[in-house]
Amino acid sequence: MSALAAEGLTRRFGGLTAVDDVSITLAIGELHAVIGPNGAGKSTLVNLLAGELRPSAGRIWLGREEVTAWPSWRRALAGIGRSFQRSNVMRGMTVLENVRLAAQAGEFPLRRWLRPAAREHGPLRAARGALTRVGLREAEERVAGTLSHGELRLLEIAMALAMRPTVLLLDEPLAGLGPEEGERVAALLRQLARDHALLLIEHDMDVVFAVADRLTVMVEGRVLERGTPAEIRASPAVREAYLGQGA
Amino acid sequence: MVVAGRAGHALLALAAAGIATMPLWASHYHLQLASTALVAAMFALSLQLLVGAGGMVSLGHAAFFGIGAYAIHLLPPGLSVLATLPAAAALAGLAAAVVGALSLRTRGFFFLMTTLAFGQMLFFVFHDTPLGGGKDGVFVTRPALELFGLVLEVPRRSRPAVMLWLNLGLLVLMYAGLALLMRTLFGRALLGIRANEDRMRALGYNTRRVKLAAFVAAGMLAGVAGHMQAMTEAFVNPELLGWHRSAEGLLMILLGGLGALHGPILGAFAFIGLAEAGTLITERQRLVVGLVILAAVLALPGGLAGLRLPRRERRQPAPAAVEAARP
Repeated sequence: MSALAAEGLTRRFGGLTAVDDVSITLAIGELHAVIGPNGAGKSTLVNLLAGELRPSAGRIWLGREEVTAWPSWRRALAGIGRSFQRSNVMRGMTVLENVRLAAQAGEFPLRRWLRPAAREHGPLRAARGALTRVGLREAEERVAGTLSHGELRLLEIAMALAMRPTVLLLDEPLAGLGPEEGERVAALLRQLARDHALLLIEHDMDVVFAVADRLTVMVEGRVLERGTPAEIRASPAVREAYLGQGA
Repeated sequence: MVVAGRAGHALLALAAAGIATMPLWASHYHLQLASTALVAAMFALSLQLLVGAGGMVSLGHAAFFGIGAYAIHLLPPGLSVLATLPAAAALAGLAAAVVGALSLRTRGFFFLMTTLAFGQMLFFVFHDTPLGGGKDGVFVTRPALELFGLVLEVPRRSRPAVMLWLNLGLLVLMYAGLALLMRTLFGRALLGIRANEDRMRALGYNTRRVKLAAFVAAGMLAGVAGHMQAMTEAFVNPELLGWHRSAEGLLMILLGGLGALHGPILGAFAFIGLAEAGTLITERQRLVVGLVILAAVLALPGGLAGLRLPRRERRQPAPAAVEAARP
């Protein structure tokens, strides 16, 4: 069964149609990569799925439930975790506090608002677990604003993980990482795909073709082609529209 | 925003003890001045919950202060303070719930303007209608100091001392309550929202609900401060709701320190003290106050609460203060 499904998603900004009639399904255990040149509407698609933007047309389901009208926070609680293309964290807080806030979001119903935060050991453990997983455990006491670009990318992923989502939307998690960090994240992506429905937006074609189970190629807001990495590699349309430019 | 550590709280407790002994050595005039500063500190502290903790800079906060003050006028005279104080808080909280629900649809500069507009609307309700006795204000009967049927008759002579203790006690309670609040899950979430509201939403926090709760709580505390203002002065006028007073509250926070919960208390005392010193030197005391605040803000980015003894090399860059200063 699909964990997240979207049908006919369209988003217009004035005269520009950033996402045009895109349908996509994500299943647990599958890494679905979306590629396409700049301005193809990939980040807009993520924002539509996460609820940051409302679609002009189309519907979205999370499991069996339609979530098209849900605000982003409600979708996040229901299991959609995301990372941002540009690192978007609480810069004045420590790394651990950032991830702990992510882990705590699910345990924040009104009746628990006045509980002393220091007694909440569950979220603390979850936060440390997520930090260990991305390799940032050593940096937990540092203020997020002092992290390097690469470390911030890792923090983004740790925060998404700490939410314990079923669906992970990762918007260019490898952008700007060094080769070593990039390799570690790529391996982590493979691992995460086992028990999450994972949507990956990535520019590094080597990584994409190495880790993805399925690919969707977007050009100018539309789906140009979709299939396995081998099928995409062989597609003449994709070659012409996208891969050809760089190769 | 941080809560002071053990050493900081020891100093604050020492200062509170010093104020508590004032009736033994200070004149009536200075007791009243201290009460004015304590009430101002309560008001600024309530505003700190919005500004320092929640990142919501409001120019309408005095409206809730004024409503708390007018509660004494609107309620039948002769009630116990145990009835009027919760009623003042409730009335102010109710108004804050309405204003907050509408103005929290906006952020930053627009939030500032919306709260200013609502604040001035409430100001004119009391200024231009007979509801609160009109624009000249009205004398009020002080609520009775009645505890469980036991009425405390205060002779006129000792009233300033009793009011001082009452105001001091409430300020200490308010501070302790807020210090505890900042340690709860709610407090953590609020700090996260100030740091990056969009990210908190993406993490699954219903940020508007958290902000509204903070807005209502801050309004209720401002109502308590306003109630004590009216009880101390036995007089209310519409100026209590005006935007000037909101701006003064913001100045107190800026002077005392945006980055610390106790900043507004220091700021309120410094502000009242400055105004008083200003009147001793010149008739243009606002000019003195303004210049000193300007100099202080330029020289002390962390406010008075950011001052450290020079021998301890533990100066924090206070990133929280920098971040909170963004509108």
